[in-house]
Amino acid sequence: MSHDAGSSPAHGRRIITTWLALSVIGVLAVIFGLGPHMPPGNVSDQAAEQTQTNTVLAVVMTPIFIGVITFFVYAIATFRAKEGDTGDGPYVKGDRQLSQMWVGGSIVIVLALAIYGTFELLAADKGIAGVGGGQGSSPIVTAPANALQVQVIGQQWAFTYRYPQYGDIETVRLVIPVDRPVIFHVTSLDVMHSFWAYQIGVKADAVPGADNVAGVTVDHTGTFDIRCAELCGVWHGNMASKGSVLSQAGFAAWIARQSTPVPLPGRRPVYYPDPNGRAG
Amino acid sequence: MTEIVVSNRSGFRGYSVLTGIVGAVVGYGIGIWIGHQMADRFTWFADTGQNDIGILLAYLLSTTGFLGGLGFLDYPLRRIVGQRPALAVKSKRGAAKYLGMSTDHKVIGLQYLIGIAFFFFIGGLNAMLIRTELLRPNPPVFSPGQYLTIVGMHSTMMIMMVSSIILGPFGHYFVPLMIGARRMAFPRLEALSFWILIFGGFILLTAMSYGGFPTGWTGYPPLAIQANAGMDAYVFAFFLTGSAMILNAVNMMATIISMRAPGLTWGRLPIFVWGMMTTSVLMLLGPPVLLIALFMEVLDRTASTSFFLPAGGGSPFLYENLFWFFGHPEVYILALPGFGLVLEILPVFARKPLWGYRIAVSGSVGVTLLSFMVWQHHLFVSGINATLRPFYMFTTELISVPTGFIFLAAMGTLWRAKIRFTVPMLFALAFFFNFLIGGISGVFLSDVPSDVSLHGSYFVMAHFHYTIMGGLVFAFLAGLYYWFPKMTGVELNETLGKIHFWTMFISFNSTFLPLFALGMLDMPRRVSTYAPHLQFLNDWVSISAYCLFASMLVFLANFVWSLAVTRKPAAQNPWDSRSLEWQLPTPVPVHNFDNIPTIQSGPYEYGNPNAVPIVAFHTAEPMTAGD
Repeated sequence: MSHDAGSSPAHGRRIITTWLALSVIGVLAVIFGLGPHMPPGNVSDQAAEQTQTNTVLAVVMTPIFIGVITFFVYAIATFRAKEGDTGDGPYVKGDRQLSQMWVGGSIVIVLALAIYGTFELLAADKGIAGVGGGQGSSPIVTAPANALQVQVIGQQWAFTYRYPQYGDIETVRLVIPVDRPVIFHVTSLDVMHSFWAYQIGVKADAVPGADNVAGVTVDHTGTFDIRCAELCGVWHGNMASKGSVLSQAGFAAWIARQSTPVPLPGRRPVYYPDPNGRAG
Repeated sequence: MTEIVVSNRSGFRGYSVLTGIVGAVVGYGIGIWIGHQMADRFTWFADTGQNDIGILLAYLLSTTGFLGGLGFLDYPLRRIVGQRPALAVKSKRGAAKYLGMSTDHKVIGLQYLIGIAFFFFIGGLNAMLIRTELLRPNPPVFSPGQYLTIVGMHSTMMIMMVSSIILGPFGHYFVPLMIGARRMAFPRLEALSFWILIFGGFILLTAMSYGGFPTGWTGYPPLAIQANAGMDAYVFAFFLTGSAMILNAVNMMATIISMRAPGLTWGRLPIFVWGMMTTSVLMLLGPPVLLIALFMEVLDRTASTSFFLPAGGGSPFLYENLFWFFGHPEVYILALPGFGLVLEILPVFARKPLWGYRIAVSGSVGVTLLSFMVWQHHLFVSGINATLRPFYMFTTELISVPTGFIFLAAMGTLWRAKIRFTVPMLFALAFFFNFLIGGISGVFLSDVPSDVSLHGSYFVMAHFHYTIMGGLVFAFLAGLYYWFPKMTGVELNETLGKIHFWTMFISFNSTFLPLFALGMLDMPRRVSTYAPHLQFLNDWVSISAYCLFASMLVFLANFVWSLAVTRKPAAQNPWDSRSLEWQLPTPVPVHNFDNIPTIQSGPYEYGNPNAVPIVAFHTAEPMTAGD
């Protein structure tokens, strides 16, 4: 506040110095301390993008958080009423210039964040855009020609996986190849579920009657966790399983072992609850 | 004002909550009976032996019976048969006036306080059960169905009741006092909104006797349509509380717009009243959409329509969009009263004018407008059209700008202030700390790439508990410590208050900060079993949650002790506040002001050597016919 710059001890300078110092420490701590451990990791391109976004947001938010906290702590520590002082503080009702700076600054930060987020969301990574999130039936993902198509079918209380390019076989374990784009088509037979493959950075709600598309390219072999992330009834908490990422040769061998393609009986595309047999 | 006192009953004769309960029980029986007559075996839950239509009719008729028993049908029925209705129902004396329909806004404010605190306590007990279940990953303490019911009870109860935790007690008690009015614009409507809300809370409790409900507070179909009879309790209770919100909003807006005393321009309106005004706008426009969605859900459950069932041509997305079109403004229904309240308290204890009054008001108004344009951020991965996501990401991040105004106003007010660290001030300052964490974590959820990894996880849960519990509930407690002397005429014990604050502040952060980590480590919401390596953090959270509950018991003890045992009489204006409500005697007279006063200045003229008193009371002036 300009008008009391002369009369007061350098409150403003002290706060700004403390803020800058703490911010530098905080940002370095976020980048080098928290950054390498930031979830969900870098198992897939999409997970790596989420990790990067989490880190960038944490870096941007750290100085803001530290700035506000520094101000509050300083104000609380400094601007106390002395014991027995019943007087009032200075009659200051605002500062137009400071307000304008605040408004302008916050709008700039918001615009920068929104543009960055949009860029991350729309940027195609090896042909797969959308950072692993479910995009509905008209996705911005344009599936590369060599992409593996997997239909993820949620039902109470398990996910099953159908491989239409391999004789429509359906398995209870999700197995995908490394370094090959995978397009998930997530749907449900009964209530809403959400297909959440944490380490590979995929989350897409499974909605009956809808085809929710999400794409991923995994960079490392191994296993990952699959959970249901949308409340789907009593055994929601137990709707967890493991998926595997195999080498391309390993995947070919695995899918060949599955393929005694037993044509599945005709399946109703959606589930309609029987009014006489309902149960939670 | 010539008061027409037709009923001069005292004690428990006449309408009271007892006759209301009798009416509710009778209505319930009639409803069940009709349901069985018209729909026996048609909408029957085989496993629990209940009739869906019968239950819904029972709820409907018991609500009618309850309100009729309380006397709400007296006025319209007398009008219909051509009799002269009783215009005033505020003639009961003593404690009895709190146990029935009252049209005195001060009585209703205290009724709200006790009623909401009761349900808040039940919601808190459910939270303790949740944390007990999560003490170990396996084996479960409760059956999965019981656990989901507990989760649903906690969340629905809290959302339904906490929506009104500031607007109910303090809005009703203090808005008329702060704007120089004798009453709310529609006193009977005011009473109706309270009793509907309370009955809604009890109906939600009855879900337990119908097998509970599995959907949490969102009630997503098709799960909600598949669910057991307890779901009807959720739908009906939410329907009632949504209706109460709309009635509240109409009343509050009409009061603030049309009943301000002369001289109280919009530019002098206390920021708390602005908070009530903006909250009311949201309460008027959001809940109707919820009511429609719930009504369609009930039809899907009972009348075999399929608004939300894909097999019949419906879509669960419809419900998701309708629900969150209400649900996101609802989040700001929870936040805005807190903004107004802490900014109201801050100048009193900083001994400075509210810094940037107009920017604080535009912050509230900006949040109000933007809150209707962000709801699809709840649906980023749901499978609706993906091309709108950048828009909703932008609007969601944009809403942090008006929220920042609130922080700017607070920081400007504290600058070079003479802060007095009373208990209300401590809670108000803690509000900003907690809400800052809530707001900053919200940025992660607004950004689609981050949200893909965090959506549906404990991170979301931690985020909104920081805004609702850390924000709204801390603001509520700030308001309660601040206004308790005016509302009850006695002082709360300050030492116990400070113990309450510090235990609550520490245990709150200790409870909810680790939840961010749990969410990032892939713990989904609403599960009773989790990965074993998360047990340490979960145990930490559970133990902190018990401490949080214990801190609320300290508060309860202080409340009861001060009110029932010490009863230290409060000064008229213990905080040396300039606000209009503190210029009135304690207890506040039934009619608040003998004559409508004139407002001469704004409420925050601290430190102004030339300040005129905020109000001129006109005691000698004769009453005019218009009064």
